[in-house]
Amino acid sequence: MASNNKNLVTLLNPLSKDNPVIVQILGICSCLAVTAKLEPAFVMGISVIAVLAFSNVIISLLRNTIPTNIRIIVQLVVVAGLVVIVNQLLMAYQYDVSKQLSVFIGLIVTNCILMGRLEAFAMGNKPWPSFLDGIGNGLGYALILVIVAFVRELLGSGTIWGFQVIPDSWYEHGYANNGLMILPPMALVVVGCIIWIHRSYNKELQE
Amino acid sequence: MENLNIFIRSIFVDNMIFAYFLGMCSFLAVSKNVKTALGLGAAVTFMLVISLPINYLLETYVLRAGALKWLGPEYADVDLSFLSLIMFIAVIASLTQLVEMAVEKFSPSLYSSLGIFLPLIAVNCAILGGSLFMQQRDFPDVWTACCAGAGWGLGWLLAIVAIAAIRERLQEYSNIPKPLRGVGITFILTGLMGIAFMSFLGIKL
Repeated sequence: MASNNKNLVTLLNPLSKDNPVIVQILGICSCLAVTAKLEPAFVMGISVIAVLAFSNVIISLLRNTIPTNIRIIVQLVVVAGLVVIVNQLLMAYQYDVSKQLSVFIGLIVTNCILMGRLEAFAMGNKPWPSFLDGIGNGLGYALILVIVAFVRELLGSGTIWGFQVIPDSWYEHGYANNGLMILPPMALVVVGCIIWIHRSYNKELQE
Repeated sequence: MENLNIFIRSIFVDNMIFAYFLGMCSFLAVSKNVKTALGLGAAVTFMLVISLPINYLLETYVLRAGALKWLGPEYADVDLSFLSLIMFIAVIASLTQLVEMAVEKFSPSLYSSLGIFLPLIAVNCAILGGSLFMQQRDFPDVWTACCAGAGWGLGWLLAIVAIAAIRERLQEYSNIPKPLRGVGITFILTGLMGIAFMSFLGIKL
């Protein structure tokens, strides 16, 4: 029972208290560039969950055989191999989305969430908790991605998942989409605001 | 002339931080004071300048479709481009380790001041991003790749030093709402600076 509880904590903590993006400040780069629309953000989130979970398991299985001197190279090679698989799958089944994501799928390799979790968790834990840790952190990342993309797409294009949600009558009365929201700098400001809200509820995280 | 254009473009118009948001993690973590920011910026610039030409040669003579033609006509239709990601990251990771060893041997004082940042550079997305953009843009020769690398590196250096200077002042002179202190305000600041840098976007060189 005790170990079950621990696994649950491993899985659920990264969603809020220990969120990789807004608390650990990992994996910001890709989080900003792919969130102008909901769909690519969602695909990116799924890709990161998959890569993170499986690389965690693989590194955790290998953790006793990797010499410490070259562990970064080994980790990078494992991650890069998985990313190549994801990239090829996306190109095969979701070609339009993979065009939009361009280099950012490749950049999952250097996504600090991966290196951070591999170093901090998978190198010292058994495969099953590592798998849960990967899923949990991936979900935490995807959650922030989806929230940011939701806000930006709603305010920037007046659509959600490509469907128009702002009624035409608003536009006739002079409502205009906020074009600034589509541009990347606003993603930073939105994440900043999420951190603000999150920390005002979690006082222990304040600096 | 062309190379100078690319150099200047890479610093301002295609700035790694404010236009592409690459290398954000270390950008946010290490920008608490100007001195360490300068050190990390210099290390990133150095890595970009040497890794981009090497990856360019690798791309042109090994990885691109038909790049292996120099081995003989039977290799002319080999396409290894799906391997490029793994090759680039392997080059960058091993270069980082080489540079670390070289710096440790020849300049211990620089090594101790850069110490912790050097291994971190292997996972700085600005470096891998540079190589991936290089691949997308079809640079004509290796010098162009070199100039673009120098430009991207200097742009990154400029950005991290600027934000570090602002954060130093913020700590002393401003009363920020508690939940926003530290990381939160840095995000918003970077966003505002990004908007400022967008004024370079329309410039054609």
